[in-house]
Amino acid sequence: MSTIPTEITRDVVAAKLHGEKVDIAGPAFRYLLMGCLGLVLAALLALLWNVSSVGVPYLADRGVVDFLSRYGSSQAELAGLYQALMGTIQMGIIIIVVAFPLGVATAVYLEEYASDNLFTRALGLVIRNLAGVPAIVYGLLGAALFARGGLEGLTGRESLLSAGLTLSILVLPIVVITSAEALRSVPASLREGGFGAGATRWEVVRTLVLPNAFPGILTGTILSLARGLGEAAPLLLLGVKSSFSGGELGELRGNFTSLPFLIADWSKKPASQGWPDNTQAAIVVTLVVILGINAIGIALRNRYEKNTR
Amino acid sequence: MSNATPADTRTVMSEPSSRDRAVSALEVRDSRASTADGTTVFDVSDLSVYYADFRAVRDVELEVRQHEVTAFIGPSGCGKTTVLRCFNRMNDLIEIARVEGNLSYHGVDLYAPKVNPVEVRRRIGMVFQKPNPFPKSIYDNVAYGPRTAGLAKKGSDLDDIVEQSLRRAALWDEVKDRLKASGLGLSGGQQQRLCIARALATDPEVVLMDEPCSALDPIATGRIEDLMEEIKEQYTIIIVTHNMQQAARVSDRCAFFTTEVNEESDTRTGLLVEFDATETMFSNPSDERTENYVTGRFG
Repeated sequence: MSTIPTEITRDVVAAKLHGEKVDIAGPAFRYLLMGCLGLVLAALLALLWNVSSVGVPYLADRGVVDFLSRYGSSQAELAGLYQALMGTIQMGIIIIVVAFPLGVATAVYLEEYASDNLFTRALGLVIRNLAGVPAIVYGLLGAALFARGGLEGLTGRESLLSAGLTLSILVLPIVVITSAEALRSVPASLREGGFGAGATRWEVVRTLVLPNAFPGILTGTILSLARGLGEAAPLLLLGVKSSFSGGELGELRGNFTSLPFLIADWSKKPASQGWPDNTQAAIVVTLVVILGINAIGIALRNRYEKNTR
Repeated sequence: MSNATPADTRTVMSEPSSRDRAVSALEVRDSRASTADGTTVFDVSDLSVYYADFRAVRDVELEVRQHEVTAFIGPSGCGKTTVLRCFNRMNDLIEIARVEGNLSYHGVDLYAPKVNPVEVRRRIGMVFQKPNPFPKSIYDNVAYGPRTAGLAKKGSDLDDIVEQSLRRAALWDEVKDRLKASGLGLSGGQQQRLCIARALATDPEVVLMDEPCSALDPIATGRIEDLMEEIKEQYTIIIVTHNMQQAARVSDRCAFFTTEVNEESDTRTGLLVEFDATETMFSNPSDERTENYVTGRFG
């Protein structure tokens, strides 16, 4: 125990306050954290540099328009991304149309309507686990369900539509989880205010809860879209092709390919024929598409957040 | 069964038919329970509230009269708010909550199966502990209730309701030039008056206030108290408050709740100790526990 100084003079106080103990753990921890951040950044920058150092000059050399408008080909200098881009865009639209409404509706039911009992809790756990199921398993499910499960008349067996629906199921758990999270973050006082003003549950959900949760729902769904479009594995079981004729916009029941699949396919082709350059350029395009989707998501979220504050 | 409501003679705010509709929707019957002091709005007896198997409040017995302020006071956890939320069926929103006993509104059992809680909440408005304006404009905040209730057919009707409600909540002069601005941009006291305006906009008969001043500074508190004094001529008010001085200042009748510890489960159940005119409660309470509380010896 320190004794209380008989006289509190400036010197006594200064000696107490200046402190001579050197803090080592604090700064050490801080530098450790900064080091981790540096590692992550270095890995990301290495990836970006790795693909863009080859891909960007190749794109500039060949012409972006040429690369994006050419169909698949057995010659590297002629092969382009047109069909892959169309496939990815259309699968994205299918996910937006199918998975988003279903997922958000499920989340609204679970959060706003369902009672909190053993069944709904188990359901929540199952959905969380489904989000971790490997993509290839969803590919098998999709093949059995959409390509072979009696829906052939609608989907045309292994087709763009089957693939889009399969990716929709793949992202569904993520959409439900993130939307439920966004709904849960809406303050209870807002709901109470609505009920107190004589609104029905539907009115409270429609006019107060959903608008408030919308930015969060949007962020989650857009991120899940990027995740779904980045998958190549499930498409293998749904008839994805590297070289075919067609693949125009609107051919939902026809042959298709996608950006990630084409990258995987091209990367296996002989280096001597110039395929690595093509592959790198395709990765650059894919990154731009995915970053673009995320940027749109962030922009929309910021806009709606401004409207609800 | 008659739809006549002699008790219901206060001035109608905008559209007479809307009020009649709301009244008939609840099938409010002529209550003969009126006394010399005024009509009985709520008659409560043997009321208990349970959360699952746990009895949170027991033996509530009181009478709320028209155009009076009835205050619920008592220490934390004594169930004041829980009881208040029975009066507009807000406890329905808590799944495990269960209400037992009698709670009648102008003679109608509020918990009868035929009663629609949404209609109840339009007749019996509520103001919450923390100001909770919607993240919408000032106008849309006040218009929220009338819109969902379908009270205004035309836009100008809605404008009238919004203006009237804001005037009654003593907020109109401060916000009339910025009705389109967000309700969240107002100060705490203004937000609470906005919430009062929102509660008044559905033209209720009763306003429930759950510690409406606990998040406000003394000046804003004073304004809300003045406001209660003014609007009680048109409304009936039940207020929960931690602040005994506030109860003494604003209320006509006062209910004192306290808690008892349940020996075997180490839980607390709230109960009503005494209910009487505020003056009697503070000057000459008949129960020792009330006296100890109002004189500051406990709680």
